Amino acid sequence: MVAVVGQREAVPCRAAGHMRYRRRPTPLHAARAGAAASYCLALMACAVLFDSPLVLGALLLAVMLAARAARSGRELLRVLPYVGGLALTAAVLNPLFSHQGLTVIARLGHLPGVGEIDLTLEAVVFGAVAGLKLLVFTLAFALMGAAVDPDELLRAARRVSFRSALTASLATRMWTVLERDARRLAEAQRCRFDAFDPAAMTRRVRVSRGIGVVRAVATGALDRAVDVAATLELRGYAGAHRPPRRRRRWSRQDLAFAAGAAGIIAVAAASRAAGVGDFGAYPTLYLAAGVRELALAVALVTVALLPFTQRRGVQRGAGP
Amino acid sequence: MSVVRFDRVGYRYPGAGAPSLEDVSLRIDEGEFCLLAGLSASGKSTLLRAGCGLVPHFHGGEFSGQVTVSGLDTRRHGPGRLAAVVGTLQQDPETQIVMGTVRAELAFGLENRGLGAPAVARAVEEAALALGIEHLLDRVPDELSGGELQRVALGAALAGHPEVVLLDEPTSQLDPVAGDELVGLLRRLNQEWGTAVLMAEHRLERCLPAADRVIALERGRVAYDGRPGEFQRWAAGAAPSLQSPAARLLSGVGLDPAVTGVKQARAALRAGGLLERIGAGDAAGPDAADLGSHRRGPHAAGPHQRDARAAAGRMLGRAARRRRRDAAPALAFRDVWHELREGPAILRAIDLELWPGECVALMGRNGAGKSTLLRHAKGLLRPTRGQVAAQGRVALLLQNPGDYLVHDRVADEAAAGELDAAGLEGVGDRHPRDLSGGERQRLALALATGPGPPPEVTCLDEPTRGMDRALKDALAARLLSMSGARRLVLVATHDVEFAASFAQRVVLLAEGGVIADGPASEVLCGGWYFAPETARILRGAGGALVPEAGVALLRELGAGVVPEVVA
Repeated sequence: MVAVVGQREAVPCRAAGHMRYRRRPTPLHAARAGAAASYCLALMACAVLFDSPLVLGALLLAVMLAARAARSGRELLRVLPYVGGLALTAAVLNPLFSHQGLTVIARLGHLPGVGEIDLTLEAVVFGAVAGLKLLVFTLAFALMGAAVDPDELLRAARRVSFRSALTASLATRMWTVLERDARRLAEAQRCRFDAFDPAAMTRRVRVSRGIGVVRAVATGALDRAVDVAATLELRGYAGAHRPPRRRRRWSRQDLAFAAGAAGIIAVAAASRAAGVGDFGAYPTLYLAAGVRELALAVALVTVALLPFTQRRGVQRGAGP
Repeated sequence: MSVVRFDRVGYRYPGAGAPSLEDVSLRIDEGEFCLLAGLSASGKSTLLRAGCGLVPHFHGGEFSGQVTVSGLDTRRHGPGRLAAVVGTLQQDPETQIVMGTVRAELAFGLENRGLGAPAVARAVEEAALALGIEHLLDRVPDELSGGELQRVALGAALAGHPEVVLLDEPTSQLDPVAGDELVGLLRRLNQEWGTAVLMAEHRLERCLPAADRVIALERGRVAYDGRPGEFQRWAAGAAPSLQSPAARLLSGVGLDPAVTGVKQARAALRAGGLLERIGAGDAAGPDAADLGSHRRGPHAAGPHQRDARAAAGRMLGRAARRRRRDAAPALAFRDVWHELREGPAILRAIDLELWPGECVALMGRNGAGKSTLLRHAKGLLRPTRGQVAAQGRVALLLQNPGDYLVHDRVADEAAAGELDAAGLEGVGDRHPRDLSGGERQRLALALATGPGPPPEVTCLDEPTRGMDRALKDALAARLLSMSGARRLVLVATHDVEFAASFAQRVVLLAEGGVIADGPASEVLCGGWYFAPETARILRGAGGALVPEAGVALLRELGAGVVPEVVA
């Protein structure tokens, strides 16, 4: 009998691509790590500073467009389901546990341990805004993970705290090594003769194999750690010095993204000081949504995207 | 002047019964290229670890004697201090990369030594250029192939211009082309920078021509220390499994085996008047079909090679007849493509039919698509276009047999009957990690194939990594016995000598496509990189791929001459 194989969908390891830095020919990747990280941190700070859904919406748009310009949109889309789930959870839980707000839209009765649950419009909106805030913050962080060279960043950190930065660097590296180990082990388990035999693969056997794989990865982690420690020894880590300062002239991308970060912070700080983009949920909803807020939203998106116009000198052919 | 000195060194790992090194004394001079030979577990890796200070500082254990490297006593100076004068490359490149980009990796050791930024930048650039990895400098390690990782790890070891480099099987994960390139590169660095090289390696035929000296270890002791040619002579009597194919060929016809490569072996055969007789001189050799009987003729072959050669001859004709008669191949790839979502096509329009009873070697450079093809055969991957069809069960043994073993006892992995069938009686209570490399592989193969009759298709991915010749021979015999029972055996391998020892058919892949497919005697005889040493010496005459077949050919055609040479 001829069996057609390969029809089963391969299990893609989606986690593998999450927030992994890949050098690409974009202005954000071309900027020095400090400038690029400042830019992403400025977007994150902005998300913390504002509660207005209008401003947060503008920031979300800015982050997504920046990710697209940095050719990291796919990475952000991959984390979106997880971050979206988290944001949704925040949005759902807040009205259940918050007893504030005056506009009751539903009475859900008594819940043991929580008490009377009255859904208020204010709590629902506040939860949604909190979710949106979390979404913007995390996506900006994901953009940093995808577009800022972690080595360069950690190298800078090593000048301040050598061993902590190196530990962080190794943890980053070990994560990918262990991820690959786990994938390999799981693949090998699928190659065992009884892997797809329903009679042999009872629930107990499956659980036992699963535990075995987890244990093997954990044990392998120790072995890997020993191997990596040996490599560190061989590279002279024991007698390591602080890395030397690299004197590098600022490129137009460095300047553009540093200026972009400063611009975002300046616009945000000035707006906050002027009371632009105010939002309050309790006791009743208040949203400032005038020309000034619209101008703030447009300004944030524009300032965030301007650095991407600096395409001169961006290395072509780097990365896929 | 000696760069490395071992004086009566002995070492036992913590908790180990037997010492790994015993009374080892040797000196390596400046600019010497030394090859470290020996069977598995003979102490090669331990000796290298003693040279870089990991033994005893990192591993602990009982250490006696003295090792000095560039005047630094390893008992008083740890690996960190020694790193300034010793560059070390270990077996697994995966765990030797600790930073997030290649550039950072090359710079790491130099920065740890406190070098200034310009010096670091220059050394990184030079090391990258020397190793041909300048295009990888801004890449992250996770995106690199095993061969690329190996070169990066070597670059990190060489960036600081060490006085001596210690390498533990650096070519084990490389294809023949990359392996030759690496050895050539080491030789160039050795000659131009004066860097001393001490390299442990199983595939001696690849490294012997570059070596100035060979040190052979046997159960932790130095069994031989001398010139490569003399080593071949010594190995012929004391350790035949360490002999290169060229030396085995010459020994077989009664000539002096003291040769280090193809050129010398051909000169020796020419001097014996044998080369002209088989027509393997500068002109093309005689038609393989005319001399096919020698490939099939098992007169002087070793036990399993003899079987292999005999089976090969039978199978070639049998397979051809079957293709005409049978409708269903054991495994068929029909216009199979594997295209990455954000990357290139790994497989491109593979059309391949493999038949029951065939022993097929799948060869090609790193990244040619061999492992991907095997994963499609097993059904672990789905073609983006095309179809894979198998007649019956498909078993796949992946590169790391240890990945199959997830329990604490061997008996928990497989039933007693399966262990007995795999030749693993009496190991049920042991931990799978305590098994030898060969035992672990047999167990993993048993888990992949299952009890009862062997599956219709058995695929193996790079099964000979880190194996010495004895283990490879045992594996080849096992594969041949499987194919003998009308089962298809498909093996992806970089090891040309191993492929020559078992394969009847060879499929050569390049950039995801099949570029050659035919009997081993044709595919492996026609090339330079993808050709065993015997075929290169005899220029493919008679389709002889292994020394035993070459000896049979030479004896038959040179009848009357060989005995005189022997005399």
